[in-house]
Amino acid sequence: MRLAFLDDFRNQEHAARLLAQLHEERPPAVPLKIMEVCGTHTMAISRHGIRQAIPAWVRLISGPGCPVCVTANSDIDTFIEMARQPGVIAATFGDMLKVPGTRMGLAEARSRGARVHVVYSTLDALRLARENQGKQVIFFGVGFETTAPTVAAALLQAREENLTNFFVLSVHKLVPPALEALCASPELAVDAFLCPGHVSAIIGPAAYEPVARDHKVPCVISGFEPADILQSLAMLAQQVAEGRSEVELQYTRGVRAGGNPAARELMATVFEPADARWRGLGTIPGSGLRLRQEFSAFDAAARFPVDAGYSREPKGCICGSILTGKKTPPDCALFGRGCTPDHPVGPCMVSSEGTCAAYFHYEV
Amino acid sequence: MNDEEKKVMLAHGSGGRLTQELVQSVFAAGLGNPILDRMEDAATLELQGRLAFTTDSHVVSPLFFPGGDIGRLSLTGTVNDLAMMGAVPLYVAAGFIIEEGFPLAELGRIVTSMREASREAGVQVVAGDTKVVERGAADGVFITTSGIGLIPDGVRISAAAASPGDAVIVSGTIGDHGVAILSQRQGMDFEVELRSDCAPLGGLVRGMLEASRRIRVLRDPTRGGLAAVLNEIAIASGVSVEIDEERIPFRPEVRAASELLGLDPLVMANEGKLVAVVAAQDAGRVLEVMRSHSLGSEATVIGRVETAAGERPRVFARTILGSRRILSMPSGEQLPRIC
Repeated sequence: MRLAFLDDFRNQEHAARLLAQLHEERPPAVPLKIMEVCGTHTMAISRHGIRQAIPAWVRLISGPGCPVCVTANSDIDTFIEMARQPGVIAATFGDMLKVPGTRMGLAEARSRGARVHVVYSTLDALRLARENQGKQVIFFGVGFETTAPTVAAALLQAREENLTNFFVLSVHKLVPPALEALCASPELAVDAFLCPGHVSAIIGPAAYEPVARDHKVPCVISGFEPADILQSLAMLAQQVAEGRSEVELQYTRGVRAGGNPAARELMATVFEPADARWRGLGTIPGSGLRLRQEFSAFDAAARFPVDAGYSREPKGCICGSILTGKKTPPDCALFGRGCTPDHPVGPCMVSSEGTCAAYFHYEV
Repeated sequence: MNDEEKKVMLAHGSGGRLTQELVQSVFAAGLGNPILDRMEDAATLELQGRLAFTTDSHVVSPLFFPGGDIGRLSLTGTVNDLAMMGAVPLYVAAGFIIEEGFPLAELGRIVTSMREASREAGVQVVAGDTKVVERGAADGVFITTSGIGLIPDGVRISAAAASPGDAVIVSGTIGDHGVAILSQRQGMDFEVELRSDCAPLGGLVRGMLEASRRIRVLRDPTRGGLAAVLNEIAIASGVSVEIDEERIPFRPEVRAASELLGLDPLVMANEGKLVAVVAAQDAGRVLEVMRSHSLGSEATVIGRVETAAGERPRVFARTILGSRRILSMPSGEQLPRIC
């Protein structure tokens, strides 16, 4: 059933019809700047050639939607330093492996003897801890509201099992505070947000109300198929044309009005909001998640006080500006020359959801 | 100890009596033929003409997967490389590196499926070698096979032979092997009704070559998938290739699994599919012959070769929205998305 559904939304005629409708709209006086804040949208836009197909008056720019990319270098350096401690097994999602830190990336740390395991889910990391009782397993908690509940579930499970060798370095991030920070920035004028489908399935449409109401920026929560994205762009254009700024839901088959309260409760049981450092955006108050006091026994930050030394951005890398929509990958002098997926300088070129990777792999 | 519990021991690789026993009871019993049965230091072969000669190592994990196992894979991998040069595969040599403690019964299963695959491919395994290494020094079994095939007169197939105007054909659905393996890997709690397409392609190729002598390129899209092969052809021939995304055949399960895991089926491995670049005027005839063969029943023209005028050789994909995107050479290992 799911298949029929997807095919329908990828269906050529359906997408072509939506595209034609968008081309028939009366162009606004100035081009519309629409920011997508989800790495999966970024990839879909590049992969399906949406940027080339839509009218020139719609400008799509990428925002801080790739969880690996927005992770601050200082946090990456800290995790690498933890991974290099004796007796430690570092567990991470694969995308983080090739991201260069200040001095080295995780892949290089591994080649120099650190035990770094790629896991496909938080439960794999938990299993690693169970199977290696003599070792300390540290999981790198990277991700948005989609990932955090699964990490919370793993931590509750670890407590249930009395696992004393499982730890999390939580650098989880929350999407709405980042959007508000972007809106507040005088440098960047975004006309509308294409909001993430998966994250919204957890937090629900109401989470974007402050953005739409206080900052007057229209929001549409979109699915990931070409037809989803085209329909969402049309909905945003219509809001702008009519002078509205509301939160609308295009991805009705994936997002419920109230989001997923059970997942949010799981998150709230284990985590509490905290200030967080974002690559490109700096520190945003209340935009991260740290482990609650009751879970401090699992908190890698508390249990492994490492000194990773100073952290800095790679020389010449403009990932920070790309993540905030100020620049696009072709603006970077390193793009496709000094920085490629095989020899990345910045995270946006490595991650499977990175904007530079999307441009490099798919766009002419 | 019954046969089910017997394990390969280090002594099985020592060259002594146990080695003899293993060779006789497993390898000769499973793969025997008059040339192998002579048990000389090397096989002697009578061959005349242009030969194709290749080798391929196999380290797949898990060793047994839906639609095949390392035995079948190691045989088809090498004979398909021969077939992709237009050669008729004839003889194969196989080297086994076995981890101490590996169950003999499983080794027997692997050898049996090698035999079945060699029958399907019409080849004989004429030489072999066995080494046993300490536990942990290998992962179950690694198999390296080498193969020799005879190229018929007048057949000149090369990745460098594609020229503008040629048609690009795939022999069937893309990504089946990669997704079948992935669904079995530890840590992937994911079940799909999907089998590897692992199969010897020599028979399919023979029919194609009989139908047309204007087949320019043949490649099996194994590691790196369709994306890698098309890029290799573009670079080797100094041309661009444009494919139409909508025309690429996929099994619904492959599409769904890729969707869920955030993987691109175009870079997934295939083990029983080929890509052919054929002169446009012969494309219809070749397609017809392919479709009449069981391994090519879903063969489709997916694109064409273009001049790489003024730009470097590239592969483009026409998306369902009608825009053109790059289909790049895959890099690194594909991993599921994290968000």
